[in-house]
Amino acid sequence: MIPLALAVIGLLLFSGLLALAWPARRMALRVSATGMGGACLLGLIGSAQSLISGTAPESLRAAWSLPIGELHVGSDALTAYFLLCISAVSGLAAWYGAGYLRAYTDRRATGVTQALFALLLASMVGVVIARDAVLFLVCWEVMTIASFFLVTFEDERSEVRRAGWVYLIASHVGVTALFVLFGVLYRHAGGSFDFARLAGHGMQPGAATACFLLAFVGFGTKAGLWPLHLWLPDAHPAAPSHVSAVMSGVMIKLGIYGLLRALAFLGPPTLWQGEFLLGIGIISALLGVLNALAQHDLKRLLAYHSVENMGIITIGLGLGLIGQVRGNPTLALLGYSGALLHVLNHGLFKSLLFEAAGSIHHATGTREMSLLGGLARAMPVTALCFLAGAIAICGLPPLNGFVSEWLVYLGAFRGATELGGGAAAASVAVIAMLALVGGLAVACFVKAYGVVFLGEPRRPAVAPHDASWSMRLPMALGALACVGIGLWPAGILALVSRPATLLAGAPGTSLDLPATVAPLTSVAVSVAALVVVLALVRVALLRRREVRSAATWACGYEAPSPRMQYTAASFAAPVLEPFAALLYGKRHEERPAGCFPERASHEVHHGDAAGERVLVPLVLGIARWLGRSRAIQHGRLQLYLVYILITLIALMAWQLSRTPWRP
Amino acid sequence: MNGNALDLAILVLVPPLLPAVIARTKAFFAGRRGQPLLQPYRDILRLLRKDAVYSRTTTWVFRAGPLVSCATALAAGAVLPLSASRHAGGFSGDIVVFAYLLGLGRFFTMAAALDTGSSFEGMGASREAAFSSLAEPALFVALAILAINARALSFAGTFGALTWSMWGWNAPVLLVACLAIGVVLLAENARIPIDDPNTHLELTMVHEVMVLDHGSVDLALVQYGSAVRLFVFGALFLHTVLPHLEVSHSTGAAILLAGELAVAVMVGVVESVMARLRLPRVPQVLAGAGLLAAIGLIIQLARSAR
Repeated sequence: MIPLALAVIGLLLFSGLLALAWPARRMALRVSATGMGGACLLGLIGSAQSLISGTAPESLRAAWSLPIGELHVGSDALTAYFLLCISAVSGLAAWYGAGYLRAYTDRRATGVTQALFALLLASMVGVVIARDAVLFLVCWEVMTIASFFLVTFEDERSEVRRAGWVYLIASHVGVTALFVLFGVLYRHAGGSFDFARLAGHGMQPGAATACFLLAFVGFGTKAGLWPLHLWLPDAHPAAPSHVSAVMSGVMIKLGIYGLLRALAFLGPPTLWQGEFLLGIGIISALLGVLNALAQHDLKRLLAYHSVENMGIITIGLGLGLIGQVRGNPTLALLGYSGALLHVLNHGLFKSLLFEAAGSIHHATGTREMSLLGGLARAMPVTALCFLAGAIAICGLPPLNGFVSEWLVYLGAFRGATELGGGAAAASVAVIAMLALVGGLAVACFVKAYGVVFLGEPRRPAVAPHDASWSMRLPMALGALACVGIGLWPAGILALVSRPATLLAGAPGTSLDLPATVAPLTSVAVSVAALVVVLALVRVALLRRREVRSAATWACGYEAPSPRMQYTAASFAAPVLEPFAALLYGKRHEERPAGCFPERASHEVHHGDAAGERVLVPLVLGIARWLGRSRAIQHGRLQLYLVYILITLIALMAWQLSRTPWRP
Repeated sequence: MNGNALDLAILVLVPPLLPAVIARTKAFFAGRRGQPLLQPYRDILRLLRKDAVYSRTTTWVFRAGPLVSCATALAAGAVLPLSASRHAGGFSGDIVVFAYLLGLGRFFTMAAALDTGSSFEGMGASREAAFSSLAEPALFVALAILAINARALSFAGTFGALTWSMWGWNAPVLLVACLAIGVVLLAENARIPIDDPNTHLELTMVHEVMVLDHGSVDLALVQYGSAVRLFVFGALFLHTVLPHLEVSHSTGAAILLAGELAVAVMVGVVESVMARLRLPRVPQVLAGAGLLAAIGLIIQLARSAR
């Protein structure tokens, strides 16, 4: 496993160098994408094989020239599983990216972009194999910086620059928390950054709580959990689509990976940690989907759905922790396997959706949903792929999103029926919230798919075309993977069960995951068969009849125009109405006035309530408080020399007061 | 296996009877004679023989809508134990599969509505999305109450545990669950007081307006599918209300049929004595059903903790 992962990193970096060095830009894209695709295929096969055969944990140490830490890499089932997720999503995205960037070759240094993309992928692999805190943080930081430069790809636009800065600042707030976390762990482990030694030490409850919160801030920022998600809805739309696909599909999942590793360092889990994660997961899921419904920009909508799905993953983790604490290994296994499978599933369908959004942007030059419409006719393949992704992300059968959400549901039902008291009530809250979030997600994606792909084009002037094959094929493969996992979940659960068992820490449970999900196959197959039978009946009945085409019935109105179609905002309005208190909506209205009104307008915008109501006031408050120190700042050199003198005298006096007087 | 086939035959053949029973009940209250009980079957057969007209705006999604909504309603019925005696089989988590299958059907119905490009149909889809997203939590909390009550994760186990003595012991909680499921039944089947299937103004419709452009075989599938959905929700409601009975399979099937007719009469009575709610009230009713179920749940949890 380790030689394989190192080979993957090497191949990725080599592909990046090729992209930089190759003289012809278009060829460079193709060659480096082939290299990255090959590396990811290697990683995919290797990690899948390791998960099936269940290879023992390995580790490899080497000296390095830094004074702290060491070059220590290792692998276990969790590493192998995340390598699988990284490879599956990134390979397709790299392939898609080569097609996506081709339009920019005459304007930009696409080779540099491609090299940074390769660096991002390599650093992600580095993060999951690192077994030393220093090495881990180095990889983590490379990942952040590479993705920062990728987000600011179109840096001539001011909103892209702003998104980039927000992302960089948010990431570094998170990393600061990680520095402190590993600093505290370093002291507790007796001066070692080695993961193996960090894990071996018990902690005081107070220290464990502090470390847990630090880990939540550090890794939760990357994962985009509420209320640390604010960078995410800006950064994802700003980045090129294949970068959004990888960032949303896998990079933010590494926050979950980090959280899982950190939990192992904090000693035995406690009930409140599980309930805390459950609560954060519920809030993230609900506010994520509500904010997604309120968006008009397709990629921003998808970005908010990442917050929702990270919430579902966190709910799974919370259930797993509660199961562990309450001695219910079946619940723990269900929670962890649901969370882990959702990591892969979300990676697959979210990258697919981002790629489809990128193709739409390519074809029409806009991501504003109210300007689009009727694209299914011009872009049939993209439309079909987007539809598959939409059904999957809504968690509807028979696609893959359903399988993982179903496992989380099953865990929650188990928690509700088998645990008593607060844990049972929390489990039912999970059930109710998952149901609500599921219904809202359906509303959101019916809106997105319907407004963008169905109906008539709202701007008739544009003549869009479907994406090139190099962009369509990765999307089609991603959609096939979604369908495949949905139809045959037992196959993928054979891969998930090993890392889930590792996390649940109870190999003795009688729950057989592949057998648990086996009934879903028969349900999926019978629904599909029923649809086919009904379709054949309709074909047979209509064969002898006349089938005509006509205009849509407009209730007798003679001259309907495409602009009269229901818009995304009007579709979402009644759904959002009951939740208005949780959102931050702004309305600009110009009502028609007078007997012969000439103009009227109505605009609705939604900001992020967590940002507008909590974070911005908080940051401004801190800034105002710190502003008080301006009283001693006058910018005069003499004054600062006096300050230095006073400080020196004060230090001297302090030192003198400590040393005993010996004449 | 034999019993299973009987259940499936009932599921496929009986549903169109229910709208006719509802219409007859309403006619009785209005002092009219009402339509023949077999009228929905005749309507469906007539539609199946018609020529088809499709809007030029639509794509394959429009044609897939009726197929998927009909197929998922049938599949959801197959997941649910139907006959009053058959409380075996099923699998852990089939409760969730049931609700999400209906969700898939709803997704395609709404997408097909948006496919026509008509703002009326968009309006209907939007309202359907708003109402169903609020109905879903009420349904799930009610099902969670039943699951906790029975300490089971499947329909078969959940309903199998609902005995006479259980009703005696836990009546308030079960009553709340019944009430929530009853409200969801009315909401999901576009019935008064949530929606009026007989309204004649497109602006006020919810479910009916989404299928304005469907005709011929597609309309037949839509009507048949919504009858099946009513039947399936009726069965769910019945199993919640009726205690588990130790009877032979055919007796169980007969009880199911009688119960379904009773549910249809009940829906007809509700439609006759109530006016439709104003649209802004509907979310309040659905959220209220959810909250009621949540209160029932708290009582249930407090009881099972003892």
